[in-house]
Amino acid sequence: MIEIKNVYKSFNGKTVLDNVSAVFAKGKTNLVIGASGSGKSVLMKCLVGLEPIDKGQILYDNRDFANLNYEDKKEVRREIGMLFQGAALFDSLCVEENVGFPLKMFSTMSKSEQMDRVNFCLKCVNLENANKKFPSEISGGMKKRVGIARAIALNPEYLFCDEPNSGLDPLTSRVIDELIKEITQEFQITTIINSHDMKTVMDLGDTICFIHQGVMWWQGNNTQILNSGNKELDTFLKAYLF
Amino acid sequence: MNIFTSIGRYTLFVRGLFSRPERFAVFWERTLHEMTAIGVGSLGIVAAISLSVGAVTTVQTAYQLVSGIVPRSIISTILRDSTILELAPTITCLVLAGKVGANIASELGNMSVSEQIDALDVMGVNSSSYLVLPKIVAGVFVIPLLIIVAMALGIVGGYWAGVMGGAITPRDFTAGILDDFRGFTVVFSFIKTITFAFLITSISSFHGYYTRGGALEVGRSSTKAVVYSCVGILFSDFILSQMLLEN
Repeated sequence: MIEIKNVYKSFNGKTVLDNVSAVFAKGKTNLVIGASGSGKSVLMKCLVGLEPIDKGQILYDNRDFANLNYEDKKEVRREIGMLFQGAALFDSLCVEENVGFPLKMFSTMSKSEQMDRVNFCLKCVNLENANKKFPSEISGGMKKRVGIARAIALNPEYLFCDEPNSGLDPLTSRVIDELIKEITQEFQITTIINSHDMKTVMDLGDTICFIHQGVMWWQGNNTQILNSGNKELDTFLKAYLF
Repeated sequence: MNIFTSIGRYTLFVRGLFSRPERFAVFWERTLHEMTAIGVGSLGIVAAISLSVGAVTTVQTAYQLVSGIVPRSIISTILRDSTILELAPTITCLVLAGKVGANIASELGNMSVSEQIDALDVMGVNSSSYLVLPKIVAGVFVIPLLIIVAMALGIVGGYWAGVMGGAITPRDFTAGILDDFRGFTVVFSFIKTITFAFLITSISSFHGYYTRGGALEVGRSSTKAVVYSCVGILFSDFILSQMLLEN
């Protein structure tokens, strides 16, 4: 479980996150939604430690991540898997080397065990027979799947997905959504997804947080969102649905 | 950003590099890869420039030597000292600043704008140490080896141009090369080269690592890397010469 308490973040005096609090449950897909510039990407960067917060707490199973020292933070980070918007695969490494990278850096597995794990992860994302291909040789959807395989290679406790469907066609988007949902439930991961895709929100939203102008405006789930009675959320939804 | 802020950030960046690698085997593998890229990849251009500079130095020295009193062997003595003291280390490193420096900056810049560096950080890898330290170690070891090649080929180029052009006999050339040779010039040359190698790799890495934006910024970072590396080389060349060559 990840809990954020009263988080503030500003850039050059401009407040981007204003007293944001939320709880992201284990084994659930937790969606963070909001318009462009609302602060959801900054929130995700703060959660994984790419941006320091100004004030507040980020608790990874009661470990105050934001206030840990560098070495302790590294320990928590090894429990984190992240799928970046552009997949962020390493250009110089082929698919299997990308997926095996965290294993090579942090596991005590032998090379053959690492290879087995790589093949298992690639099978989880339905991507067999692409081991030797380089990122420049595969499609956007395949890159995302390799990104997911890399993110789950070390059996993470926490999975972050930044716009997992951006730039993908609707069919591939559904495949990626299904994968994330299956992995979350099967491995009981705390998954947090930044998304603009309303189909994703409706399909995966076990918990949904709507951020508006840096403020946590509404929290609920996919059964409540259409009847929230929240004016800003309704405006946001209408823009996508109609 | 003013120059003092940049120097401060650069100093902090360099300080942050020297942490224990997560996996020594991975560090070693990456260092060997960088050594090959920097060393083997630059051998051709270093050879071409050294031969050319040595040949031109000999021809121009011979052209200026109009007095009959001065022995012709002085041509190769001047070639030897100028090659060892200045031409091989400085000219070669200026060229390497363009080739290796731009390559490092664009590689890291591209990784930065495509979130690959963020991906390393999120995994708990010290990205600057993982990406940059092998480049610096490889540069500091391999560039001095390239300078040895440059020194040798500079003198070979000078010999070829001097003898073939009729400016000096082989015997005079050999006598001039051996005359009053001081070993410290080679030591000084290596001190300079190691300093230059560190500056090229670290300055280029700094500009590449902190690239933000897109393709345009990657190009700008590469240009900055080359310009600041060259300025660093020329400035440190003067400082080292003042410190170590004073009589």
